[in-house]
Amino acid sequence: MKFSTILRHLREGAKNIIRNGWMSFASMSSIFISLFVLGVFLLLAMNVNSMAAQIESQVQIRVFLQLNVDQAKITELQNKIGNMTEVSQITFVSKEEGLELLRKNLGEENKDLLDGYENDKNPLPDSFTVEVYNPQSVALAVEQINKINQADEQQPIERVKYGQGTIETLFKVTNALRYAGLVLVIGLAVTAMFLISNTIKMTIIARRREIGIMKLVGATNSFIRWPFFIEGALIGIISSIVTTILLLAGYAQLVNFTQMELSLMMIKLVTLQESGWQTAGLIIGLGTVIGIWGSTISIRKYLKV
Amino acid sequence: MIEMQDIWKTYTDGTHALRGVSVRIDRNEFVYLVGPSGAGKSTFMKLIYREEVPTKGQISVNGFNIGKLKPRKIPFVRRNIGVIFQDFRLLPKLTIYENVAFAMEVIEAPRRIIKRRTMEVLELVGLKHKHASLPAQLSGGEQQRVSIARAIVNNPSVIVADEPTGNLDPETSLGIMNLLEEINLRGSTIVMATHNRDIVNSMRKRVIAIENGNIVRDEARGEYGYEV
Repeated sequence: MKFSTILRHLREGAKNIIRNGWMSFASMSSIFISLFVLGVFLLLAMNVNSMAAQIESQVQIRVFLQLNVDQAKITELQNKIGNMTEVSQITFVSKEEGLELLRKNLGEENKDLLDGYENDKNPLPDSFTVEVYNPQSVALAVEQINKINQADEQQPIERVKYGQGTIETLFKVTNALRYAGLVLVIGLAVTAMFLISNTIKMTIIARRREIGIMKLVGATNSFIRWPFFIEGALIGIISSIVTTILLLAGYAQLVNFTQMELSLMMIKLVTLQESGWQTAGLIIGLGTVIGIWGSTISIRKYLKV
Repeated sequence: MIEMQDIWKTYTDGTHALRGVSVRIDRNEFVYLVGPSGAGKSTFMKLIYREEVPTKGQISVNGFNIGKLKPRKIPFVRRNIGVIFQDFRLLPKLTIYENVAFAMEVIEAPRRIIKRRTMEVLELVGLKHKHASLPAQLSGGEQQRVSIARAIVNNPSVIVADEPTGNLDPETSLGIMNLLEEINLRGSTIVMATHNRDIVNSMRKRVIAIENGNIVRDEARGEYGYEV
């Protein structure tokens, strides 16, 4: 194909979009909606994933000891737990350090709340902070720590705390989001595809005379097909670019807002730099595929050349 | 050159449009195709530009065996055949210039040549000054001249015209006929179906009469031969 012919097909394809104004608008809107929903789900999933990862990386097991445990027992426990294969690190946190930690977590404004609980009045127990190599083995490690406790006649461990429940819920949410998003997006994409194919069908019907004349003057089949193909692809590309711009602009606003207003709530969204290219690539890619797919179906079905 | 050998055309509804037609039309001939409505004139012409394929028999146009042509070769055969219709078949949203240039775009001619050649044929049909008008702004005769310009712009060796003066008044018809004669003189073979007795009788050419799917008359300088 000559370069001038390629340009001609591009021109014709673009003109068709304007000629079928309302139908083009309808298919663009439907692509926009499907891709926008996809985008929202995508960003949501990315954030949940990143939150899960953050929490996973922070997974610690806190082992609180009875108040009357002596130093020898502490060392013995520390060695036993530290020698478990799952455990990467074990740190002893004395009751004094525990108080400091608590104070720090309460923040600058509330630090005097704990005044008067020092030394003998410290109600906190001694504890260990245990970290494991693999978040999945938290439950196993906890089980073994409990066994160590039961094997000891003194039962020096008062309580073992860990965030397993939170993680499991998060995983469930992520998975549910993924499936719901996938089903919804497939449904919407198919709808969008049919709308595009309908638009192309309208173009083909509207231009039946023209196609007849093209055939009479000796146009090849591919010459006749190309503009329709380009029309569909352009509808897909244009609407997906619009979707990407609006979605990411909105998301940037949201990220800004959470950073300004909600930073205290420890919500940290995935930044635009981290998620932008991936989201844009996926949306524009999918939009193009939907456009090409829709026009191909119509060309095959209605354009008997 | 067009050659038909024992051509039969039966449509799917069982109509026998042509029943064993054999004819030979030489290069540069001007042929009138006459006969009552439904006699098979249109089918005869459609076979030439491969809108239809014969049910039986052989037809060759410019040396191509039209009946056995592979579908992807059809466009290239059509580029050598200009077709003119009674209803002009112009594209209403395109200007006169664009309507004619369209036929050249389709064969991927370079833009510069398209421009030169389109203006050339518009001048030949006397419509150069209206190149920017839309078809609706032109009279019937002018529109038919545009469709003739489109038919000849690619220099086809054969022109097929299906009642080109059917919608036009006698005076305008005469202008169209002069144009077709001029094109014929420039070297194109012309096959023209018509019901116009005056034209056939005043511009004496070869006349082929078809009735009931058969050729009933073929005269070198014939007359229309039917009462109107």
